[in-house]
Amino acid sequence: MNDYRVSLFLWRVPCGFPSPADDYVEAPLDLNELVIAHPAATFYVRVSGDSMKNAAICDGDIIVVDRAQDPGNNSVVMAYLNGEFTVKRLSQQEDAAYLVPENPLYPSIRVDDTADFYVWGVVTYCIHKVV
Amino acid sequence: MKKNIYALVDCNNFYVSCERVFHASIQNKPVIVLSNNDGCVIARSNEAKKLGIKMGQPVFECEELIKKHNIRVFSSNYSLYADMSARVMNVLAQFSPRVEVYSIDEAFLDLSELNIDDLTDFGHVTKARVLQLTGIPVSVGIASTKTLCKIANETVKKDTHHDGVLDLTTLSDQAMDELLSNVAIEDVWGIGYKYSLFLMNHGILHAKDLKYADEKWIRRYLTVVGERTVLELRGTACIPLETQRPAKKGIMCSKSFGRDVTRLEELEEVVATYTARAAEKLRSQDSLASCITVFVRTNAFKKDSPQYSNSFSLRIPYPTAFTPELIRYALNALKAMYKDGYNYKKAGVYLTKIVPREGIQPDLFSEFSLYNYYRQARLMHIVDAINKIYGRDTLFFAVQGITRSWKMRQSRLSARFTTQWSEILTI
Repeated sequence: MNDYRVSLFLWRVPCGFPSPADDYVEAPLDLNELVIAHPAATFYVRVSGDSMKNAAICDGDIIVVDRAQDPGNNSVVMAYLNGEFTVKRLSQQEDAAYLVPENPLYPSIRVDDTADFYVWGVVTYCIHKVV
Repeated sequence: MKKNIYALVDCNNFYVSCERVFHASIQNKPVIVLSNNDGCVIARSNEAKKLGIKMGQPVFECEELIKKHNIRVFSSNYSLYADMSARVMNVLAQFSPRVEVYSIDEAFLDLSELNIDDLTDFGHVTKARVLQLTGIPVSVGIASTKTLCKIANETVKKDTHHDGVLDLTTLSDQAMDELLSNVAIEDVWGIGYKYSLFLMNHGILHAKDLKYADEKWIRRYLTVVGERTVLELRGTACIPLETQRPAKKGIMCSKSFGRDVTRLEELEEVVATYTARAAEKLRSQDSLASCITVFVRTNAFKKDSPQYSNSFSLRIPYPTAFTPELIRYALNALKAMYKDGYNYKKAGVYLTKIVPREGIQPDLFSEFSLYNYYRQARLMHIVDAINKIYGRDTLFFAVQGITRSWKMRQSRLSARFTTQWSEILTI
């Protein structure tokens, strides 16, 4: 599903010596292997806003969301709440679950029993452009 | 002999469900998805069904309901649906080694060899897993034949108390007959409209009547296909799982235009574009074609404007999958039947006489040569590869046109959330 490697030009050596490395050729590193545990359940989502900046998720970053993982306490999740998607830390406290931002400028959101709420997926990686 | 057990997993309102995975604002709202060119309703959320919107209804008939109930309307986004379908099928493959992808939103699973104690429980686990991993809700019908699976699934969808899963294998004969007596004959899998009229004339109104019909009589009038359906209703599996899709015998690309087209040059763009698309499909199944049919027609709904429709077929001397070659023949076919002065609304290209690539026969006397064949195949391979990586029509033939203002209307298209980086969901 995420694999689009197609050989357009195969290296052709019409004559000459075979490479001494031929027997040791390995597949190059593939970022997908690192960040995708469950291909059928993995989605990419762009984040806007800075409510999670202390969790290293910044405005414009692309997060990797894995729906196959069960959210644990304090997982960073993409959640649906009352008609909107949001990325927050899920915190199970004594009285209720909370969606906690990672930026002191934003308040925590209490998820009470009447809320229309579900966890869409667990955020596993964040792709942040440095330059 | 071991009993056969199959499960049919069917995605609920699949196109609507795909849109819902990515649109937070439409979770419990009425939603519909339109056919190509935004013409008719082809998928409805349960809320939209309750409001009285019918399957296949032209959208202009629903405008009032749409406004009044604030129904969300989407153009069909096949890039998204195909990707979500592949994800669902991928999850289902974890539940059985033998899966038949029956359509974009349905799959049969062979459970015969799996020794599952509680099939209902298995159904619920499957359903929950697909929902969690992909966000798509499904229904599961389990039975000893594919025909009965279909019936189980229809029953599940009508009756909410099954909670999305129904196992018919544990039903007593009496309970099964009771169920079958509520299934109209035209809803039985494999019984087409014409056969259902014939059967109704002979007093066979429900699935139960067909189950107990004389199979010799059925065989005589409904052929062996009908007889198979009778046996399947009795619980004997006759329709095996097709885990490998047979290569298509005909490949069609046909669409109506976003507006009327009158000039030959524009129709040439259309026909060349549809031919290129069909040729792409042809190559993706490793085949070649040696017959091409082109058809054009005016808008049959506009009764007051002059009507014309025609089709033209050409034999190609040797099988090919080379786009320029196919386009050349397609345009000849078009020119042979094009008439000036009509408002054309739809065109199509149909490739037939399809043979697998391994079966090509070099010919001493015609222009066909293996040398040319391999050169052409290599060029097309590179074009396809580039278009796959950089997006459809990165490379195209000039005759296909650049602006293509005749392209179909998809004014309410959602983003390709899973197949284009520039269109992923932003939250």
